[in-house]
Amino acid sequence: MKVIYTDVLVIGGGLAGLRLAIAARRRGHDAIVLSLVPPKRSHSKAAQGGMQASLGNVIKGQGDNEDVHFEDTVRGSDWAADQDVVRMFVNTAPKAVRELAAWGVPWSRIRKGDRTVIINGKQVTITERDEAHGLVAQRDFGGTKKWRTCYVSDGTGHAMLQAVGDRAIGDGIVVHERVEALSLIHDGKRCFGAVVRDLTTGELAAYVAKATAMATGGAGRLYRVSTNAVICEGIGHALALETGVAALGNMEAVQFHPTAIVPAGILVTEGCRGDGGLLKDSDGHRFMPDYEPEKKELASRDVVSRRMEQHILAGKGVKSRFGEHLWLDITLLGEQHIKRNLREVFDICQHFLGVDPVKDMIPVRPAQHYTMGGVRTLPTGQSPTLKGLFAAGEAACWDMHGFNRLGGNSVAETVVAGMIVGEFIADFCDGEELAIPLGLVRESLQQEQAKLDALLAGQGRESASQLKTLMQTLMTDKVGIFRTGENLQLAVDGLQELLQRSRHIGVPYKAVGANPELVTAYRVQKMIKLALTVAYGALTRTESRGAHFRNDYPQRNDAEWLRRTLSSWPDPNQSLPTLTYEALDIRRMELPPGWRGYGAKDYVDHPDTAVRRAEIEALKAEFGAADRHKLQAALMPYEQLLPGRLRGSNERIDEPAGPAAQRP
Amino acid sequence: MSTVKTGDKIRLHILRFNPGNPDEEPRMQTFELEEADGMTLFIALNEIRETRDPSLSFDFVCRAGICGSCGMMINGRPGLACRTLTRNVGPDITLAPLPVFELIADLSVNTGKWMRAMSERLETWVQAKEEELDLTRIEARMEPDLAEQIYELDRCIECGCCVSACGTARMRKDFVGAVGLNKIARFRLDPRDTRTDEDFYELVGDDDGVFGCMTLLACHDVCPKDLPLQTQIAFIRRKMIKQGLS
Repeated sequence: MKVIYTDVLVIGGGLAGLRLAIAARRRGHDAIVLSLVPPKRSHSKAAQGGMQASLGNVIKGQGDNEDVHFEDTVRGSDWAADQDVVRMFVNTAPKAVRELAAWGVPWSRIRKGDRTVIINGKQVTITERDEAHGLVAQRDFGGTKKWRTCYVSDGTGHAMLQAVGDRAIGDGIVVHERVEALSLIHDGKRCFGAVVRDLTTGELAAYVAKATAMATGGAGRLYRVSTNAVICEGIGHALALETGVAALGNMEAVQFHPTAIVPAGILVTEGCRGDGGLLKDSDGHRFMPDYEPEKKELASRDVVSRRMEQHILAGKGVKSRFGEHLWLDITLLGEQHIKRNLREVFDICQHFLGVDPVKDMIPVRPAQHYTMGGVRTLPTGQSPTLKGLFAAGEAACWDMHGFNRLGGNSVAETVVAGMIVGEFIADFCDGEELAIPLGLVRESLQQEQAKLDALLAGQGRESASQLKTLMQTLMTDKVGIFRTGENLQLAVDGLQELLQRSRHIGVPYKAVGANPELVTAYRVQKMIKLALTVAYGALTRTESRGAHFRNDYPQRNDAEWLRRTLSSWPDPNQSLPTLTYEALDIRRMELPPGWRGYGAKDYVDHPDTAVRRAEIEALKAEFGAADRHKLQAALMPYEQLLPGRLRGSNERIDEPAGPAAQRP
Repeated sequence: MSTVKTGDKIRLHILRFNPGNPDEEPRMQTFELEEADGMTLFIALNEIRETRDPSLSFDFVCRAGICGSCGMMINGRPGLACRTLTRNVGPDITLAPLPVFELIADLSVNTGKWMRAMSERLETWVQAKEEELDLTRIEARMEPDLAEQIYELDRCIECGCCVSACGTARMRKDFVGAVGLNKIARFRLDPRDTRTDEDFYELVGDDDGVFGCMTLLACHDVCPKDLPLQTQIAFIRRKMIKQGLS
């Protein structure tokens, strides 16, 4: 029996996993990171356009601060986010950018003086302040009131992962590459680590740790058309689900990004529209202002994606041999801008489309992009139901995105959650002795070995890759942007049948070591369960909120549905997840529900909303023009939730460090 | 330029070998496929694995040319498979794993292990003065042009193509390759890094470093990100000679 001991076991080597390993290590705890691939190849790398942080350096970001970022994020979430967590996030994001700047990320910087930009399809000259020269620059993104997205050309995730990956090497973080967790070791109350398979040799090992952290990213590959990397199969989500104890939050909340290229499904950044690019239809008409006069192309992603599909349904799509699409036009930005600030987009267009975006429009259509749902955690990142299990980044639902994430908030979340949750993991480890339940470890190893043996030596005849394709097709066709009760029921029925069939998979190729077919087999069994949490959650939620849109229930319904869906799978023989709901407390919200500023204007109010609004008005009247931090603290105190070393106000050009910037 | 059209037959000749299987001998295996619109080697190899041979090993992650996982020898030249259109290299396409790196199976090689060892040796992270940062304060300034110059070199995706194309790397197993020398150039340019040429000379001032380069410069020709490797290697060599003579 091979057993490896450590303090912190991090599953996933992307930005969130690496950053929290660094945090734990710097607090004196050993960490091992498990990764399917060399960490610098993780999907964090694909974040192109940038990272939101309210530095307010550029002139179009002047007046930005945590309050504005907070409101944008809550509106973007369609009020489903946990507002405490959003506050923790927006206060830490500027610190994360500044830390990464010191670690070597070559953030694009501001040049003082005049420059020409494209706003609303027109050339405009703006003047950057002298005092901003050389500070980190921001660009415009969807669903934001200010230019807030810090960037490195359009290779932001790449540059961040490069710096954090190298920092992790510098800090001596141990990474075990090309290994995969098959199950979590737990006794129903506490998590003790994971059973792990070496993808090259096939050998199983038990990794036993004080704390286990899930940082495995998203589940885009539940869908046929997704911008996600091929390794984003939601296995981390499924491992937590299969404990039967940990729950997943809001799995039905799935984001579709407006601009994936057709047919490859590869992302071109929201920065294209942020920098002034336009969406056009088969007539070459710019259609977004017709639907969204306020934010146009820069409404939130859920809204823009729906408007695009609606426009295609209205007969305005461009027909091609790969189906219909619309156009993304960035020609108006000019060659110099494209080759400097959108060079990945330029490369992708050349290699995958044979298109020169300096001269030609780019064929795009919405595609699955982001998993808002994840392992349900407290604001500390720890599961409320399975002690010792933590989660961070896209795999987690501590819940800062609610039902729709803003562009630029995901890569920001990875490092911010890594910083915050990493500190809480270190606190947890400070107070824990490593207990080694050897019997349980042996049992867990034997269980996984038996499952692999059954796949390799069993009598099953079902093909894993075929089941995977059927699942992906069901999800894309029936659990997509526009959802109906009828289609969702078909999806749930179909997935339940696939789940049954997945118990009879056969693996003709018998190699014990490198065996891609065996990998597909055990993963698809997990993925179908996870797909059921998405489809069943969507069927049950009879309202529309953020990215979850029901044709048969088009209104957001706060009175009945301002609740977080929790899915669990207590009995392995269940054919559907168990759903329970967790109400959000409007009486504690700093920003009670209202209109988002874009998208649908009609929704059903919760009775508490009016009450809370009145309370807030009274508080605001009482505070008058007092310091914004004081008002905020009166509305919804949150700073006590942050680790001590991450507290404190952020300095800006317009908010010089004063007493408020002092650390506690 | 080939004249492969949609619907034409193309043939992938793949070098197969799984060193983990003691009974196996290296062999070439041919798969015939039908060319489709926009077909890349990513699409073609997955089609083979899904419909013909589920044992075929290869690595893809982003399938968008940014993660560096899928370097392989394509008709004898290192390149990224995900963004190679089959019509540009067919109708007969020979695929082999990248040389120099440890073979895992078929087209899958362990570039991660090699890159980590190189990073540890060259200490490819910003070596700042050890003092705790006050994260509440405004960030240090940097000239916008300098930030762009650093990013230009920071675009390396560690795919290993330059190492596989390198004559020296074939002869000297500890040669740091163009990827390593480019990193030295990147950190040398970065004012946040406090190392001097004296420090860099310790890292690359020998035959496993910049003086091992024979200036064949295939690295420059095959780099999928078009990094200015030729200029950077020449520049670092000049600086290291100066340092060595001082």
